[in-house]
Amino acid sequence: MSSETLIKLSGIVYGYPGRPVVLDSLDFILGQELVGLIGPNGCGKTTLLEIIMGLIKPQAGTVEIMGRVCSEEKHFRPLRPQIGFVFQDANDQLFCPTVADDLAFGPLNMGASRQEADEVVRTVLTNLGLEDFGSRITYDLSGGEKKLVALGTALALNPKLLILDEPTNFLDEKAVTRLEEIIRTLKLPGLVVSHDLNFLNKMVSHSFRLENGRLTEV
Amino acid sequence: MTSNGLFPDWLLRTDPRLKVILLVLWSFHLAFLSTVIAAAVGLSGSFLIYLISGQRNCLKGLKSLLAINSFLIFIWLLLPFSFSVPGTVIYSLGPLDVTREGVNLSVILSLKALAITLGALAITGSSGPYDLLAGARKLGVPEKLTALFLLMTRYISVIGQQYHRLAQAMRVRGFRPGSDLHTLRSYANLAGLLLVRGFDRAERIYAAMLCRGYRGRFFIRADFKFKCLDLGVAWLFVSLGLLVAGLDVIGNIN
Repeated sequence: MSSETLIKLSGIVYGYPGRPVVLDSLDFILGQELVGLIGPNGCGKTTLLEIIMGLIKPQAGTVEIMGRVCSEEKHFRPLRPQIGFVFQDANDQLFCPTVADDLAFGPLNMGASRQEADEVVRTVLTNLGLEDFGSRITYDLSGGEKKLVALGTALALNPKLLILDEPTNFLDEKAVTRLEEIIRTLKLPGLVVSHDLNFLNKMVSHSFRLENGRLTEV
Repeated sequence: MTSNGLFPDWLLRTDPRLKVILLVLWSFHLAFLSTVIAAAVGLSGSFLIYLISGQRNCLKGLKSLLAINSFLIFIWLLLPFSFSVPGTVIYSLGPLDVTREGVNLSVILSLKALAITLGALAITGSSGPYDLLAGARKLGVPEKLTALFLLMTRYISVIGQQYHRLAQAMRVRGFRPGSDLHTLRSYANLAGLLLVRGFDRAERIYAAMLCRGYRGRFFIRADFKFKCLDLGVAWLFVSLGLLVAGLDVIGNIN
């Protein structure tokens, strides 16, 4: 396995009780590129992301993140901050009263001092073009702004790769363009789940389709 | 938050730690009063505190004071009568006797309830929830409690929005609340759905927090400094407290 490989899944099986398995001995390798993931509703895209993040445990198979085999919470814990995971609903990700508090949450968890965290907040806000948003109340933000700030909370941890779950959901054209610009300048590898083929075609090098529990390249 | 410009905004600029202490002490102090005069002066004290709290919208705050009246109605429906507080009968309403002691007790309870609510409105309304929370944390309030409070302040509006969307969706489909089983069942479904969604959301939020390295600790980002103004505000509260306590003691001797 080369050092370029960020995520390697082999033989992943996952099923919810009383239903046919969603992921059926699935293999996947993510190198240094941004790839897309498509597939019909309920095919297990979000489940796959949760397995990569170690939020749920596969019934079989191995998960390797940056060359390390992860099977328990303690393996995932130090690796998670290096993966910028952006949830489908920004309301799930932004839980602090103000934007600055939310952006500082990750760095503070990592042991940053308050000054360092404030510095990170400033940098991230500048990079997102949201310079004077620090003291804004999170629930007052528009959908597009929320999505950008949610991306910001992931970027505040200086991740090595991004995982975006339906990033363009509920966003208008302008917000999508802005998101595209930002992701393009970040030049981070990762995985983008989306139904928005237009967006995917512009952003990713290639895409996989998740169907019948397996991935196929499209 | 900005001042309304009419009155000083001292409370707005007071150290949140001091505010937490004042909130607790002032509320308990008022709760133990036992004379009408002391309770009335206590209410005036709370009003004074409200005036210096620098609230942007005085009227809105005072309107929320009316909410407490719905609780007071029950006091006035039960306490003034001889069946709950026996004593000197001053008026008879058919079979019901109104007693002096009962009316007295109702007046005291109402004044105290209004005073405590107004005081709490002044203190909590003059700072963001996060500041108060940080203040409470610095004072040693357990992290679990403050975290609970933090998440509540953040998500109460999200749950509210969800409720409104669902309620609108029901209305769009012709739902009109009545006093029948269909209404009850629909409301039960609505409440159940909110509960389930709340639970799901809590799981996702927790997952999102884990992804950002959460290990069971919240870090409060706040620097507080005790200023001259804080001494002044503390002095004001202590004076008001002593005045009210003194009146209460004198009232009890007579």
